[in-house]
Amino acid sequence: MVLQTPEKAGEVYKWEGSVEELKGLVTERAITGETMLLNMGPHHPSTHGVLRLLLELDGEEIVSCLPDVGYLHTGIEKNMEHKTYEKCVTLTDRMDYLAPMSNNLAFCLAVEKLVDLDVPERAQIIRVICMELTRLNSHLVWLGTHALDMGAMSVFLYCFREREIILEMFEMLSGQRMMSSYIRPGGVWRDIPPEFMPALEKFLDYMPGKIDDYEKLLTNNPLWIDRTQGIGIIEPDMAMAWGVSGPSLRGSGVSWDIRKAMPYSGYEQYDFNVPVGEHGDVYDRFYVRVLEMRESVKILGQALKRLTPKGPFRSDNRKFVPPPRSELGQSMEAVIHHFKLWTEGFSAPDEEVFAAIESPRGEIGCYLHGAGDNKPRRVHFKTPSFMHIAALPVMSKGHLIADLVGIIGSVDIVLGDCDR
Amino acid sequence: MTIPSALDPAVAVRTALPDVLLDTVEFRGETTLVVARERIAEVATVVRDTPGLVYNFLSDISAVDYWEPYGGWGERPERFAVSYHLLSMLYKRRLRLKVYVPEDDPVVPTIIGVWPAANWLEREIHDLMGIRFDGHPDQRRLMLPDDWQGHPHRRDYPLGYETIMFSFNADEIMKHKPFAKE
Repeated sequence: MVLQTPEKAGEVYKWEGSVEELKGLVTERAITGETMLLNMGPHHPSTHGVLRLLLELDGEEIVSCLPDVGYLHTGIEKNMEHKTYEKCVTLTDRMDYLAPMSNNLAFCLAVEKLVDLDVPERAQIIRVICMELTRLNSHLVWLGTHALDMGAMSVFLYCFREREIILEMFEMLSGQRMMSSYIRPGGVWRDIPPEFMPALEKFLDYMPGKIDDYEKLLTNNPLWIDRTQGIGIIEPDMAMAWGVSGPSLRGSGVSWDIRKAMPYSGYEQYDFNVPVGEHGDVYDRFYVRVLEMRESVKILGQALKRLTPKGPFRSDNRKFVPPPRSELGQSMEAVIHHFKLWTEGFSAPDEEVFAAIESPRGEIGCYLHGAGDNKPRRVHFKTPSFMHIAALPVMSKGHLIADLVGIIGSVDIVLGDCDR
Repeated sequence: MTIPSALDPAVAVRTALPDVLLDTVEFRGETTLVVARERIAEVATVVRDTPGLVYNFLSDISAVDYWEPYGGWGERPERFAVSYHLLSMLYKRRLRLKVYVPEDDPVVPTIIGVWPAANWLEREIHDLMGIRFDGHPDQRRLMLPDDWQGHPHRRDYPLGYETIMFSFNADEIMKHKPFAKE
């Protein structure tokens, strides 16, 4: 194959070796030049991060799509093998940076399962509140950017206005807006501050009206419907075979929500519905997420009512959870436990566990293998974005290149989550 | 339509495929079936298709390296292990299939024919742990550049660190950065 570039016009280049590599990945038509190979990304605004797609195009139609990931690979799993369990929590925030609390929880549930640690009631309620706020936070960013990709500019600005309120509440809880590391093995970092509950109450009064506003802008908008209905259809069988999970799976009509089916953190005590789509297209995935936001507001309201009696917010098992600051001045044991836990950490058995939760994007699974000492032998995160990008070639086949942008947006990927 | 009652996965696998199940481990309510490495694809098909099991969703594939910095891998039969985490949406339970992989022949048959979701999960393990999946159609690296040396998730691969860059050592550091080669 001969390639010519404008600045080297006249000179003839031999492109060696690479054609063989491309065989099997793209069709033979690309190698003869009948179809066009187009590089999309890694710095493309609609790939939601640094995702590179190698597209084979027949006119504007996608013949094949090869995702190339790894630009954000930071070796988080490798780093965790060299840190104690408490220190690993801060790394989990950095994976899915739009839903940091979900990653915290997946990891903490795995640690708690491995060392058999109980979590008090109040901590579980606080965790549920954090999960649902995270879900709203993540869905707001998703809705804003997805609409922006499709050309609806104003939704983006409204969504980020409401997201700011959630981030302020995270700041009240943990002192951090995004990388909160608030959920720790055995409970949460500290009790909720007094100003948090009024802020949450105000937010719950405010939010349903705002979701109505987004729906007014999009749900019945003919342009939006034209761009999304019948696009990027995922059949339920195909979705399950390719490991698609979360709202993208429910958009295809599979009623599977880990919160409902295999509850964790006391989700069985809340009354909520699992919205399910019908056609599995981009529109259904959009509408499932909008309905999920309403369900999240509902769960938050129920959790807020249960928050009233005070109680312990983390386990009092001093072998795993550091004592409160106030005890350090009075108790020698507390000083010893504090010192031991923050220098050496706690030990976990040489066994393996798997814990999975329903994150805003889908199923986050944490595979944790202890080593019999204070550091894990292996941590592996199964992340929803990873599975969704892996399924992208199947979803996008035969669509126009403009629809690809909508399909990428609709499965809600975060590249930090994918590459880890 | 009646749903057949749930079966014990260990018993069902032993009935369908005798001499494939090597060990059964129960820990914190999680079932692990240690199976023969060469026959993982058969076992996967059985647990997916047998009524009463129906593990229809592949949650995760992860690999672990049992190598210790000051010794071998102790009581374990082999250095590596690959764990398949399956989910049965019908019976709302999980199952782990585990195969041990020797150090001198790190090859496992692919299960991409059973669940296409295994495609990237296996590529990731191939890239980072250096365990090859026999029969996988796309054996390129996934996360790391194609010219990367070694498999970082192995325990004998050092963690490494980044030297802090000052004006006096900037040139030296830039010289050793792992930029993509020609």
